[in-house]
Amino acid sequence: MKKIEIFAVCGHDGILQTIQRLINNNEQWNATCAANAAQVAALLAQSNYNLLLIGSALSEGEEAELEQMAANKNIPVIKHYGGGSGLLFGEIHEALRNG
Amino acid sequence: MENFVIHKAATRGAADHGWLKSHHSFSFANYYNPDRMNFGVLRVLNDDTVDGGRGFGDHPHDNMEIISIPLEGDLVHKDSMGNEAVINRGEIQAMSAGTGIYHSEYNKNGTAPVKFLQIWLYPNKRNVKPRYDQVKIDLTEKNVFHQILSPNAEDAGVWIHQNAWFNMGKFDKGAETTYQLNDKTNGVYAFILSGSVTINGQLLDARDGMGILADSLNVKAETDAEILLMEVPMEL
Repeated sequence: MKKIEIFAVCGHDGILQTIQRLINNNEQWNATCAANAAQVAALLAQSNYNLLLIGSALSEGEEAELEQMAANKNIPVIKHYGGGSGLLFGEIHEALRNG
Repeated sequence: MENFVIHKAATRGAADHGWLKSHHSFSFANYYNPDRMNFGVLRVLNDDTVDGGRGFGDHPHDNMEIISIPLEGDLVHKDSMGNEAVINRGEIQAMSAGTGIYHSEYNKNGTAPVKFLQIWLYPNKRNVKPRYDQVKIDLTEKNVFHQILSPNAEDAGVWIHQNAWFNMGKFDKGAETTYQLNDKTNGVYAFILSGSVTINGQLLDARDGMGILADSLNVKAETDAEILLMEVPMEL
């Protein structure tokens, strides 16, 4: 079965690693990660992603830039809160449910 | 117009990790219920019991206002901002996770369990500088609500990055009071810590929750009771 591809962007390295680990713990999900908006554009063009997850420690400008990139490719955006497993799974389930 | 939703205690999500037993009023971790995602900016209400000597090791948080209230026992808190403190019964701790922090929480007691509420609110601004606050709460005077949290640093209780007010109180059987909202656009989530209470005509028992949109709340203790009211914005 094809995995749900989730692109996670977060400026806090430790939290990004945590998010990546938590996503990849679900065998139906796969995480691709970047630390800032500048790294995202080229990667987004290379593959089809189901979700773009915006994590913490990014500027308002970077968040807006990421949302625009996602809109251009019709990728639903998750603005992630909490920094760990508490809210992450619910956020992904809700995003997938709402399309 | 008045709207309300009641979450009976037994309908909460439950998690048993052996050393940690938790009841989730809203979706949390592996408990996912699309009908229980939040009440306004109130996103997490966990009712946790941690075995003696056990706890949560170092783990990250970001972009949440995290409030801890011990109900029985004491918690040891350490975080990446250099804070190290014991949160005792009768205290409240607030932590703005903002751009990101690490922290740990352990039961201070080696044998007896600690019971506490952990409450997460969405902040009114993303990526604030992480901060930590802890104060004593005095509920000695009965049959009234005591403010334990607000948006204002100079007010009673801890303060957070959100237009929210928390009040707690202990009530004798038969006592009745009214809670007036600080902001009429907010809603209130009432959580009954013990006893039985009628709020705006709805009977609630221990660990029941009720989210309500109304200008004021009429609260009557049907038995001796302890109540937590969380007034929160309804829009993120």
